[in-house]
Amino acid sequence: MLNQSLSKKRKGFEVLMKALMLLSVGLTAALVLFLLIYVLGQGVPNITWELLSTKPSYLTEKIGILPDILNTVYIVLATLLIVLPLGVGAAIYLTEYASNKKVVGIIEYAAETLSGIPSIIYGLVGMLLFSNSMGTCLMAGALTLVIMNLPTIMRTTQESLKTVPQSYREGAFGLGAGKWRVVRTVVLPGCVDGVITGCILSVGRILGESAALLFTAGFAHALNGIIDGLAAPGATLTVALYVYAKEQGEFGVAFAIAAILMVLTVLINFAATLVQKHFAKRRSL
Amino acid sequence: MSNIISVKDMSLWYGDHQALKNVNIEIPEKSITAFIGPSGCGKSTFLKTLNRMNDLIPGVKITGDIRYEGTDIFSKEVDVNNLRKEIGMVFQKPNPFPMSIYDNIAYGPRTHGITNKVELDEIVERALRDAAIWDETKDRLKKNALGMSGGQQQRLCIARALAVQPNILLMDEPTSALDPISTSRIEELVVELKEKYTIVMVTHNMQQAVRVSDYTAFFLLGELVEFDKTDDIFSQPRDKRTEDYITGRFG
Repeated sequence: MLNQSLSKKRKGFEVLMKALMLLSVGLTAALVLFLLIYVLGQGVPNITWELLSTKPSYLTEKIGILPDILNTVYIVLATLLIVLPLGVGAAIYLTEYASNKKVVGIIEYAAETLSGIPSIIYGLVGMLLFSNSMGTCLMAGALTLVIMNLPTIMRTTQESLKTVPQSYREGAFGLGAGKWRVVRTVVLPGCVDGVITGCILSVGRILGESAALLFTAGFAHALNGIIDGLAAPGATLTVALYVYAKEQGEFGVAFAIAAILMVLTVLINFAATLVQKHFAKRRSL
Repeated sequence: MSNIISVKDMSLWYGDHQALKNVNIEIPEKSITAFIGPSGCGKSTFLKTLNRMNDLIPGVKITGDIRYEGTDIFSKEVDVNNLRKEIGMVFQKPNPFPMSIYDNIAYGPRTHGITNKVELDEIVERALRDAAIWDETKDRLKKNALGMSGGQQQRLCIARALAVQPNILLMDEPTSALDPISTSRIEELVVELKEKYTIVMVTHNMQQAVRVSDYTAFFLLGELVEFDKTDDIFSQPRDKRTEDYITGRFG
């Protein structure tokens, strides 16, 4: 006969497990929501046009984060400008040219490992490598970020290169196209989405980076053009957040920056999803 | 009729596996030669050797002598890209590039240095006409080629191959991915093309070989068993294995 008590026990267990998992998801969601609401609640009221459009002044004792915003833009641009050709070039070589699959495997593994290293180590190395020779400046920070983001760009490009159908390459070779022409006209257009996704991820990472920049780019809040800015020390938004909160106790400003960074992060993730959707649609055509 | 390709004692290895054994064949100009044989017999491998597409596969080793119009295709003086311009290829699965119909056809000519718009326009039109697809495409040259049907895509690929004005067109089972109507259109097209081009095609379909080709080569286990006029191969094969294959005893 059917064992009633055993089946009751099983049912009880099922209910218990479901409840436990519901609890986990509830806690997770609550934490995220709390963080969002808390940071936005503390930060948004402190965001004023004056804060966004001025530089800090000790005379008037006012704080403005325009220099930090600009520094962030400069460092993002400089980093991408250097890391893109390097990373995409390396990816193309590894996927399209390299014939020794063993070496390729080792490089890929090394790149994966690199992207998992704590950023403070990059900071330390960047300080010794760049800041010691060129001084503490945004450029030194950018170069450090280049090393940090190189694996990301390389890997996302590589993954995307692998999705370009082999039949495209064959078709082009069959028409008498040389290697570089095949890469430039058939392979690269097919992996633009990977490059863009890599860029967006890198921008996110640069925005969020503080440890590596503390060592290399400095803390200054001077208002500069892009050339002078890169040659001078400067704080990005994230570093500024640290400085204002930790060293000056300006929590209002810190939270304002936090809110801005958070919104930017959401926007970046949104952009990444959009890009991927756009290209997925084009590919399925 | 003279021979455009002559192959002597050619063997091919994929690593340790010998895929082709001592192949000897003379392919006549301006005619259609069909390669038949069961899967894995080496007929596609052999076809791809003729314009050195096998160079792309790591670990391939080739011995013997292959001459195109008297020139050794593996000699150092031969630029492989020019060889592939002379000996074009159409693949099993239609593989148009993800660009416009026009750009697909213009890809080859542009690769070989033609940039003049008027000249390109002419080449594109002529290639599409030669591939009997002009009427269907002339109003949508700027549309993406991936929006066409499979049969149209394959004819587009044939047009793309014709646009570089090759001498020989290699076709690797060009209709195996297509429906019967598209297949018969491509067969008709191939027969028309032999006036201007030498055509070598791999086919899985013996009826297709009979319908289309002038000469047939039968491959088995990496060997070229028999090569003769198509009519003779199918009416009075000399080799017992050929007879068994064409009468459907295996394969």
